[in-house]
Amino acid sequence: MIGSGVVFDNAGWTPKLALDLEGGTQIILNPQIAAGTTVSEEELAQAVGIIRQRVDATGVSEAEVTTQGGTNIVISIPGTPDQATLDRIRSSAKLEFRPVLVTDVSDVVSQVASNVAAALAEDPKADISGLGTPETPVSWAEPAGEPVNFSDLNWVTPEIYFAYLTTPCDVLDGAGANTADPTKPLTVCADDQSYKYILGPVEVDGAMVADASANYIPGANGVQTNEWGVYLTFNAAGTSAFADVTSRLTTLQGVQNQFAIVLDGKVISAPRTLAAIPDGKPVISGSFTELSSKALADQLKFGALPIGFEVQSSDTVTPTLGVAQLESGLIAGAIGLLLVVIYAIFQYRALAIVTISSLGVAAALTYVVITYLSQANGYRLSLAGVAGLIVAIGITADSFIVYFERVRDELREGRSVIAAVETGWKRASRTIIVSGIVNLLAAVVLFALAVGNVRGFAFTLGVTTVVDLLIVILFTHPLLQLLARTRFFTSGHAWSGLDGSALGAVYRGRGEFRVDKSVSAGKRSRVSKESQKRQSIAERKAAENGGDQ
Amino acid sequence: MSAITQFGNRLYTGETSVNFIGRRVIWYLMSAALIVIAVAITTLRGGFAFGIEFRGGSEFQISNPASTDTAIAEQTITSEVGEAAAPKISIVGGDSVRVQTEQLTAEETDALRVSLADAYSVPVDQVTSSFIGASWGADITTQALRALIIFLVLVSIVMALYFRTWKMSVAAMVAVVHDLTITAAIYGAFGLEVTPAAVIGLLTILGYSLYDTVVVFDKIRENTSIAYDESKRTFAESVNLAVNQTLVRSINTSVVAALPVASILFIGSMLLGAGTLRDIALSLFVGILCGAYSTMFIAAPLYAQLREGESESAKQGRKDRTEIVRNASGAVR
Repeated sequence: MIGSGVVFDNAGWTPKLALDLEGGTQIILNPQIAAGTTVSEEELAQAVGIIRQRVDATGVSEAEVTTQGGTNIVISIPGTPDQATLDRIRSSAKLEFRPVLVTDVSDVVSQVASNVAAALAEDPKADISGLGTPETPVSWAEPAGEPVNFSDLNWVTPEIYFAYLTTPCDVLDGAGANTADPTKPLTVCADDQSYKYILGPVEVDGAMVADASANYIPGANGVQTNEWGVYLTFNAAGTSAFADVTSRLTTLQGVQNQFAIVLDGKVISAPRTLAAIPDGKPVISGSFTELSSKALADQLKFGALPIGFEVQSSDTVTPTLGVAQLESGLIAGAIGLLLVVIYAIFQYRALAIVTISSLGVAAALTYVVITYLSQANGYRLSLAGVAGLIVAIGITADSFIVYFERVRDELREGRSVIAAVETGWKRASRTIIVSGIVNLLAAVVLFALAVGNVRGFAFTLGVTTVVDLLIVILFTHPLLQLLARTRFFTSGHAWSGLDGSALGAVYRGRGEFRVDKSVSAGKRSRVSKESQKRQSIAERKAAENGGDQ
Repeated sequence: MSAITQFGNRLYTGETSVNFIGRRVIWYLMSAALIVIAVAITTLRGGFAFGIEFRGGSEFQISNPASTDTAIAEQTITSEVGEAAAPKISIVGGDSVRVQTEQLTAEETDALRVSLADAYSVPVDQVTSSFIGASWGADITTQALRALIIFLVLVSIVMALYFRTWKMSVAAMVAVVHDLTITAAIYGAFGLEVTPAAVIGLLTILGYSLYDTVVVFDKIRENTSIAYDESKRTFAESVNLAVNQTLVRSINTSVVAALPVASILFIGSMLLGAGTLRDIALSLFVGILCGAYSTMFIAAPLYAQLREGESESAKQGRKDRTEIVRNASGAVR
């Protein structure tokens, strides 16, 4: 059935390879969220969808965007993408519109802060009230009451103002403005650090943008300027929210009339609000070039990401190295398999045929399953997966070892080869199944909970465990049953691996032992004492009655 | 017939017997001493040597350059990003140059990749670059540890249900923790670099270690529920016989499991130098040997010890039922 799937799906006969074997770029994005908060599944799914559209828009084919471990986003791109593509994918384009509460030129703010600090250092009781400017006083009074709207100056507390005054822009940029709580005021700098702001809570955000395009901004007299801007169209909710806030801002005086556009935690522009905008179609300006305005428009059109992301790791593997790694993995696998086969022949003689053919069938079945899953479910074989497959050789071979050793145990008890195979199987199958379940449990838990390479490894471990169980039940056991009926094995040929005399007991019929002459008398007495202990009541009676025949 | 088979015969009958249970104090002390020594060396060395995935940084690998002179890379990096990058340059697998630096920005990484390709006169697509945030390795490990704990809890429950005694679960868990500790301690003591691949290897060890323990415990379960009545063995003797009877299987299994891993380890170190394959294989190789050891020398004696306080008959609780099963299956008798 699986085989037919491979054939009829018109798919290839080789599994798809992961980037570490094929070559390409893998970028892992980690969400930037405030401490104590978590990313919801919808947010992550939304982000994956948006990033996928962005990647597709850059014309890269066969890129894969997936989530990992419930928090990360993994982008896999074949080959080496150019810088612009990477930038477009990486930037989160988290857009927020916040009202300006307090603002001034950064240099003025830091000048006031250092003047105050210097004066207080000289005399802690100095009168510093005169050191401020009208826009930048030296301190802020406690809020008089609860803020009534997002432009209310009561949002600003003395602590927030003190931080605004004294924290340098570099520190503010690094402090995670991009992860700030949208319902709280935000202290932030302009993208060129020229201005500092205290902003109110988020009024409108990027998720409300329905469409965006880039074009020149018309000048005051209607003549086209050569300044680029991004033309936005809000959805219904965005339109009404934007109309509300702009109509409020036009009534306010001074800096409170300004409306800050915050992109990825930095103010890209803070225009004055000249009129209420009821149609939800603002233009945002800033220091845009043609390229950057188009990139932002694209990002906003396909959607701003609901959460900010940072690049956690970015890996470029050259095809040369990928091929070298795959080759080494395959060579290691071949050598490992050969060593196992040699050891099996040494230990189990002709029985090794069973081991080798079972391993062969298991390898073929595993290959088909992995190829099928890679075609049908997009599974990609990674280097860790290859390692998992090689390790599985040992674990699969162990099922046969457990089985053979049990059969030998039964032969030692004096059973015929055919009976020993049956009884040995009943015991061994229990062990094989329960240990297989333990392995499968490990694979499932690791696959469900772990991230990255661990998953690729867990996946192959799980597949090989299931294949191992199927093979040992449906192939190895029936094969041994058949072989056990052949003269070669029934007669206990020295090379059969099921040689009764070599196993310390010679079967003579009806469960009786014949003492092997080659065994020393001392050994014999100990062994027979041992076998007496293990005799059933019927056997003991038979031994008593029969005596020395 | 091989010597191992004859050894197996003697072990099976009890003619030759390793006293796993009786000498347990020796085994416990050996393991404890090994762990203490390894932990002490690790501490003296200043803890684990974490790979770039845990520290964060940028890594470049130049495949098959004409010359593997590390001075070329050093000059390139100094002129490109300055002394601050603190490059660590090494030759891996004999024909590739690997450069690890402090974390560079995305732009610096891309620029340096091009300059390195230039400096070694190879096409740019023969230079790999990775940029790894410091949280990446920690992230993967946190997830893995969570998976590990959930797995251990689940498997304890499964084992307790299957073997009908929680004491086997406890003994198996102690053995697993023993294996993980020793493998981790060996990494620390030898100053081997801890990478996510090594963590993957470590996770597999616990699967393997438990698997190994389950196989031996299943024989113990069989022996202690059947043989006791007919033989005059004590519970501890039955356990010891079971471990001895599965000794050949344990040796064969360990050899067969270790052979492919040794082959990855060899190929990985010789052809590829440091990398995913070698790191996985190394921790697995150590873990497989530990796993086989701990099953026989830690898990089984501990299980016998845990049940010491119980009366002999209580330990044989389900004897009658199992005996019926055995008679029904005995074709010859």
